[in-house]
Amino acid sequence: MSGAATAAGALPGRPRRRSRTLASQRRWALRASYAALGAFVVTFLVPPFYMLMTSLKTSAEISAERGNPWIVHHPTFANYLYLLTYPNFRTYFLNTAEVTVLVVAITMVVSVLAAFGLARMGFWGSQIMATGVFLTYLVPASLLFIPLFQVIGRLRLINNLWGLVLIYPTLSVPFCTWIMIGYFSSIPKELDEAALCDGATYLQMLWRIFIPVAKPGIIAAMIFAFTVSWGQFLYPMAYLYTSNQMVLTVGIISDLVRADVFAWGKIMAANALAAAPPVLVYVFLMDYYIAGLTAGATKG
Amino acid sequence: MDVRHELAGEHDAVRAGPGAPARPAGGLRRLLRRRSTIAFLMCLPLTLLIAGLVVYPAFYAIYLSMLNRHMTAFVGLGNFAFLLRRPTFQMVIFQSCLFAVTAVVFKALIGFVVAHLMHNIPGRHQRIWRGLLLVPWVIPLALSTLTWWWLFDPSYSAFNWLLNRLGIGSVPWLGEGWIARFSTIAVNVWYGTPFFMVMYLAALKSVPEELYESAAIDGAGPAQKLVYVTLPMLRNIIAITVLFSLIVTFADFDIVRILTAGGPQDMTHVFATYAFQVGIQSGDVPLGAAVSLFMLPILAVAAFFVLRGVSRRSREVAV
Repeated sequence: MSGAATAAGALPGRPRRRSRTLASQRRWALRASYAALGAFVVTFLVPPFYMLMTSLKTSAEISAERGNPWIVHHPTFANYLYLLTYPNFRTYFLNTAEVTVLVVAITMVVSVLAAFGLARMGFWGSQIMATGVFLTYLVPASLLFIPLFQVIGRLRLINNLWGLVLIYPTLSVPFCTWIMIGYFSSIPKELDEAALCDGATYLQMLWRIFIPVAKPGIIAAMIFAFTVSWGQFLYPMAYLYTSNQMVLTVGIISDLVRADVFAWGKIMAANALAAAPPVLVYVFLMDYYIAGLTAGATKG
Repeated sequence: MDVRHELAGEHDAVRAGPGAPARPAGGLRRLLRRRSTIAFLMCLPLTLLIAGLVVYPAFYAIYLSMLNRHMTAFVGLGNFAFLLRRPTFQMVIFQSCLFAVTAVVFKALIGFVVAHLMHNIPGRHQRIWRGLLLVPWVIPLALSTLTWWWLFDPSYSAFNWLLNRLGIGSVPWLGEGWIARFSTIAVNVWYGTPFFMVMYLAALKSVPEELYESAAIDGAGPAQKLVYVTLPMLRNIIAITVLFSLIVTFADFDIVRILTAGGPQDMTHVFATYAFQVGIQSGDVPLGAAVSLFMLPILAVAAFFVLRGVSRRSREVAV
């Protein structure tokens, strides 16, 4: 598709017509690309679009089943207003925010320290450990949630947000460490030598030189930890069961879905509000977000 | 690779560095000042975290899976044998593989096509298109799956409204075994394709333009360019992305749990949802642990190849 039309005109022996055909074919290829991309974008955005449309409908409009369900006939913000004053939803939102802030903070401290130690200082076995960190990143949540259920139970943290604060870093720290190893390794060695000559300690070196220089990596790692913690579903589903401890992903499902069969307007409004923070982070920090996304394949 | 280079000069740097002045005796103090000791201390939180909450639970899972339901007696591999004999679990194995393989194949193909289309349009326009195409990946999966559930709703499905408009009967998206299997896979493809697109696009940009030019001079057509230039250059990144996605897809929980909870007739269960149902909901912790452990061999093989691909790629990037 891509280079398809561009090269097709490059036939030998017809020098005069070549450039014109080439140009027009290139133009057509471009138009076709835009059309195909447009089709993909429309397809990909169907669920978010429908979510927003439903969130603006009243329960009556949804259950009446008259007219096109894809557009809203009598838009209302009632669902959003309801949620803003609904104490349970506020609890879920604040719980999620609390867990996420703590997890991001813990993740950054642990992974920046470890990445500095592994990438810049090293000790016997640090190479193996860097590999081990990457392997840990490949361990999915669904492999360990049952033994962790027992571990969390023994720590008396079942149905407790602190259980999540304790476990989520296992999902975020390995990848963040990996990103930071990549960024730290790319910093010229002359910088640390200069710092050591000036009598800086290693922690000062990390704080004054490495963290400021590797700021893009820090932001990418923070975004990763944020999205992991905000969207996790399996652990809260397995370990939380009362609404005062729940986070958004499970709270919306267990609270609004069970309560009323026709509460779809409210559910979708809750969905939109819950998805807003990650989407906003993405909108404003897209380049860092994508840098973090593609960092898994290389070191940094 | 990088780390090893640093290791080489490490000890000399400590002795030569004026930052470490002549220190009085005291073995412990000297040990604490040593570069490698500080590095080890810096890695200590990470080590404790991984040892306590990843490595220990992994071995604990193996131990758990060999206990009886009430965790009072050791049954060896009894749970595994019991599971393998159960038709439901045989279906879970089949469906997990079907789900992961089909979804990854479609994600890889669609992602490849979309990345090529993106690569085709001028760079200044790519940003906005990429931004829009990545939205499925950005919304937390549990939340967007809830929207899909609503789109698949038996009585209010907006898809069925469209189909009815076209004169086609309603489809029981989640009510009939194979259709429900298709629906869960479709949601996974929708969610995961942007990731492939972004990975491929980044890789496509790194292919030197001269390669295409010299291929064109040699008379290569578009298909030949794809086969002899693009694919060899992208081979490693494709392998990493596919294997990585295979791990994540294979271990997926959110989509199946929210859309069908394993139904109808357990036909859509994958390892993760079945382990949840057995281990958490029915309270048979050892059996649930055994179900999860069935994922381990496949994950280990995929992880091995991902690691090999990544270290190869790091070497390529470094060169």
